[in-house]
Amino acid sequence: MRATTLILVGLRSAAQAAPLQYLSGAGEKAAPVVSLTWGVMAISIAVMVIIGALLVAAIRHRPPLTWVKGEKAEVLPDKGGLNWLWIGAGLSTLALLFTVVWTVRVLADIEGPTHKPAVTIEITGRQWWWQVRYLSGNASQQFLTANEIHIPVGQPVRLKLIGGDVIHSFWVPQLAGKMDAIPGQTNETWIEASVPGTYKGQCTEYCGVQHARMALLVVAQAPSEFQAWWSHQLTSPSAPQGSAMSGQQDFQMHCGNCHTVRGTEAEGTAGPDLSHLMLRTTIASGTLPNDGPTLAHWISDPQSYKPGSLMPAPMLSGPELADIHAYLKTLD
Amino acid sequence: MSTPDTFSGYERRPSVSAKGPALTDDLRAIWETERGLVGWLATVDHKQIGIRYIITAFAFLMAGGIEALVFRLQLSWSNLKFLNPEQFDQLFTMHGMTMIFLYASPVLSGFSNYLWPLLLGARDMALPRLNALSYWIYLCAGIFLYASFAIGFGPNVGWFNYVPLAARAYNNGPNIDMYALGMILLGISTTVGAINFVVTFLRLRAPGMSINRVPILIWGTLTASAANIFAIPAVSLAFLLLWMDRNTGTHFFDTTAGGSALLWQHLFWMFGHPWVYAIVLPAMGMVSDGLPVFCRRPLVGYSVVALATVATMVLGFGVWVHHMFATGLPGVSLSFFSAASIIITLPSAVGVFAWLATIWTGRPVFTTPFLFFASFIILFTVGGVSGYMTGSVPVDWQLTDTYFVVAHLHYVLIGINVFPVVGATYFWFPKFTGKMMDERLGRWNFWTMFVGFNLGFFPMHISGLLGMPRRIYTYSEGMGWDWVNLITTLGSFAFAIGVLLFFWNVLKSLRHGVSAGDNPWDAPTLEWATTSPPPPYNFAVIPTVASRHPLWEDRLERNPGAIRSETGVGMRLTYGREALGTTPLDATPNVILKMPGDTLVPLGLALAMTVIAAGLALTNWWIVVVGVVFTTASILAWLWPEAQLGETAELSEAGHG
Amino acid sequence: MAKPVIRLKSSLPVGAMDTRASGWWAMIFTVFTEASLFAYLLFSYYYLAVQPHLPGTFPEGGPPDLTLALPNTVILLLSSVAVGWAQFGIEHDSKWRLVLGLGIGAILGLVFLAVQYFEWAERPFGLSSTSYSSLYFVITGFHMAHVMVGVAMLSALTWWSHKGYFNSRRFAHIHIGALYWHFVDVVWLAVFFTFYVTPLLGLAS
Repeated sequence: MRATTLILVGLRSAAQAAPLQYLSGAGEKAAPVVSLTWGVMAISIAVMVIIGALLVAAIRHRPPLTWVKGEKAEVLPDKGGLNWLWIGAGLSTLALLFTVVWTVRVLADIEGPTHKPAVTIEITGRQWWWQVRYLSGNASQQFLTANEIHIPVGQPVRLKLIGGDVIHSFWVPQLAGKMDAIPGQTNETWIEASVPGTYKGQCTEYCGVQHARMALLVVAQAPSEFQAWWSHQLTSPSAPQGSAMSGQQDFQMHCGNCHTVRGTEAEGTAGPDLSHLMLRTTIASGTLPNDGPTLAHWISDPQSYKPGSLMPAPMLSGPELADIHAYLKTLD
Repeated sequence: MSTPDTFSGYERRPSVSAKGPALTDDLRAIWETERGLVGWLATVDHKQIGIRYIITAFAFLMAGGIEALVFRLQLSWSNLKFLNPEQFDQLFTMHGMTMIFLYASPVLSGFSNYLWPLLLGARDMALPRLNALSYWIYLCAGIFLYASFAIGFGPNVGWFNYVPLAARAYNNGPNIDMYALGMILLGISTTVGAINFVVTFLRLRAPGMSINRVPILIWGTLTASAANIFAIPAVSLAFLLLWMDRNTGTHFFDTTAGGSALLWQHLFWMFGHPWVYAIVLPAMGMVSDGLPVFCRRPLVGYSVVALATVATMVLGFGVWVHHMFATGLPGVSLSFFSAASIIITLPSAVGVFAWLATIWTGRPVFTTPFLFFASFIILFTVGGVSGYMTGSVPVDWQLTDTYFVVAHLHYVLIGINVFPVVGATYFWFPKFTGKMMDERLGRWNFWTMFVGFNLGFFPMHISGLLGMPRRIYTYSEGMGWDWVNLITTLGSFAFAIGVLLFFWNVLKSLRHGVSAGDNPWDAPTLEWATTSPPPPYNFAVIPTVASRHPLWEDRLERNPGAIRSETGVGMRLTYGREALGTTPLDATPNVILKMPGDTLVPLGLALAMTVIAAGLALTNWWIVVVGVVFTTASILAWLWPEAQLGETAELSEAGHG
Repeated sequence: MAKPVIRLKSSLPVGAMDTRASGWWAMIFTVFTEASLFAYLLFSYYYLAVQPHLPGTFPEGGPPDLTLALPNTVILLLSSVAVGWAQFGIEHDSKWRLVLGLGIGAILGLVFLAVQYFEWAERPFGLSSTSYSSLYFVITGFHMAHVMVGVAMLSALTWWSHKGYFNSRRFAHIHIGALYWHFVDVVWLAVFFTFYVTPLLGLAS
């Protein structure tokens, strides 16, 4: 009993220290699943303990026979024991049926949100980052960003998942289960956060050499803050001053083929949109903190952190890199 | 008591007699494989083929194990740089491919190959040349599959090889082509092996061995074989279509021209799910036959267990979509497959209760095989409940593609395949070699494997619940996964030491093992009624069978007037290599089968088919043509009607055929 | 001594006698596995048929023309009749019927292949055009490969029959080969139905 409690407490504290755990959740879609997960886990643990105990009891039930090689020994009659099968099968059937019913109910519960989604976001999984497009009835309200998704707290959000190259899988454990992003089809799902905060996600379908470094963040904020964030995303970053100006030139020339910054000549779409890079807490698809030294190191040598990623090592001098870095730091 | 042969036309009334030295000498001269390299290459003796299968499978087990240990080092802590991602990806793919295709099924084929004729009271499998062919193709395919890895171009997108990642656009080297062609070749081996088992079951059982008297291992392998016959074409086709997409411009999986990435997943898992039952049901059969010997009573609920075996396999064809729950399928489909995946637990559960009941109502005999067979029950349960958890779709949407599934699959594969196989080795090694394995070393072997395995793999449930995805070559600090992974790595190494102890015990006992005798365990089935090791012809006279436990009848059957099995007197069948064919349900004799002798043709055919595969891999059509020519010639040579085999109108001297 | 399980009163046939031959049973299960292969091929057709298609139709170029395919189907069915007649012949010890029936079956098989090859040449699309073209050539191609193997088998059987290997009791090879040939025929019906009939029933876009 004590051991069980200790294990459960240990599990909970380990869980809190693991950003991708899902034994607790934070939303309308997560809650029923968390209960079901604990439910089937409880049944499973009970079964393991019971069978283990029965095994030990069965072995100790009769005195063992000492084996002597080649010697004819006692053989017990082929009688008895069938009750085990009927009782065991009967109890198992009950547990299994209970699980099926609960499962189907939860599936129905989480199939769609209870109210209309506040926003629809189109997410394209790409090797090895997430392209995010906020959709709107009004074309001028749509914008592209990458790797960090903001949503309004307490409101359901519809997601349209697209496989941009190979199959990826979108997963933010605290908010919802996985949904694959498959080329050739659009998978729709929804999420909802009931508590403001930052929720970590991860690609969970092996998608090539840098599958391991394809994380993402979902930031749930108060609806007013969310609207403000959205409006800001639609703007172009302000023109750079001073040394950042040459940085912008260098950026457009060397990075603009793959990256976009609104309002500049950098219009590439092979890599993430960087228009408001400084508002993101992470870089390298959610796996590195977005601070000065890390950013500088990332742009000078992406292959050392993410070998095989499609961002090549830039053939640039120290000063050029420093200028670009200074420019990037103005993108807020 | 003996009666002579009498002939008339194409028929013969076979002579019946007791065993004796003149008879065994004659039979040995007829059945023994010639000494030397040619004999070794040409043998169709199921016992030699079985041993080859087992040894080759264990070699691949070691290779797959080393691959795992290497990438476990990389994963022991966050941000390690012991392996680069490309190396990691090839290692985890090779590990999965090796264990699932080159170890798990072949090792069971090996044991079944060796044991079936002995369990059934027959002289050989129904199709001895096909038996040899299945082994040679397996060996060639295994080497073929490792060839590209050996030069650094091993398959690298996981053992289930999803498109588009496996397509030419994202994977341009020979890696996937070699995987595809090797798998098609291997599929032929498994299919012909499966056909052999099914035909043997239907035709070669000893007189009186009705289908409710066969050991559960027979049911397990039979069910797996029947399933393979229907399931393997799905994966062979998938790989062929992939090879064509990659090399001839077709568009099966290419969404830009009307193809579908999910078509691959459907075809693959329509095979893949039945396959995972095929690689455990024979092993469960081994436990169902071995455990009762060490409980000193017949298995509880034989009929229920046999039916549950078949039911599991049949249901196994109806759950493949549970590998695709996150792909965006409609709700109705999800509910159906979820329910089926949860319900399929039931027939497996039946087995667990039968084994527990057998131990409870019996008396345990604490030997090494008993330890493996009994511990298997709890490992099976752990694997079963984690599977049950993933059967529930909403829960699966969290568990899938995390280490929780890795924990599940290792509990079912190591718990339900490896542990029974090791137990089976301890149990049947005396029969195969005439020597006992060392009991003391066996205890060390067992405990190291058991503790190491649980230490290595139980924590994976936890890293899975903490969100650790599969197939990541590294992870950041602060994810909460470091300590769990370190323990897993340490446990894996401990488990590996246990496996090494096992191999050490095998080698040591081959040299210094105590002599075993015919029936060291006092076990009930027919294989223990002949010598250890068995003579090339298995049984000097064809046994007749009256119950499931021929050698326990003296203690189980109280009625003196009852019909008893008979192993000392029976049909002789000495006009060349002969076996008795019986009817499928009741096993009444209905034909004397002429069995083929040793021949190099199966080896030649296997090599010819490998040449075709190599030609396709190199896209060199001349090599392919050469391969096709030799394949055709080998098949013609094989099938050419022979008087000696009773295939032609000619009545030859060797007793009609 | 305890009562024996069985007492052998009568003679047993020796060797590969009709359906008691192990080879016969092996061919039955070979047919099962090959039938499964075609089932998965046709599954692929139906699965891809209901996928959204880019500009273009499924089937590509519209429902395929029956002008050659329908008579060709009849030719293949006739070849099975010929082989069946050959089987009936040897069961009544008629070697000439056996040889003639097998020979005609093989020749009709070759005619089938030739007509189908001509059909292939007439198609407005190539192998790598779309998913439909891939399905068409690969599935009919698989069937043709099976027919080729069947023709080779029938040719070998014709030769062996001519050499007098078989009689009314020993003819297992004939039945085994014939089983394969009839199977190839039945598979064609399923393939024909899928490609030529279902588009006319509405499975098209």
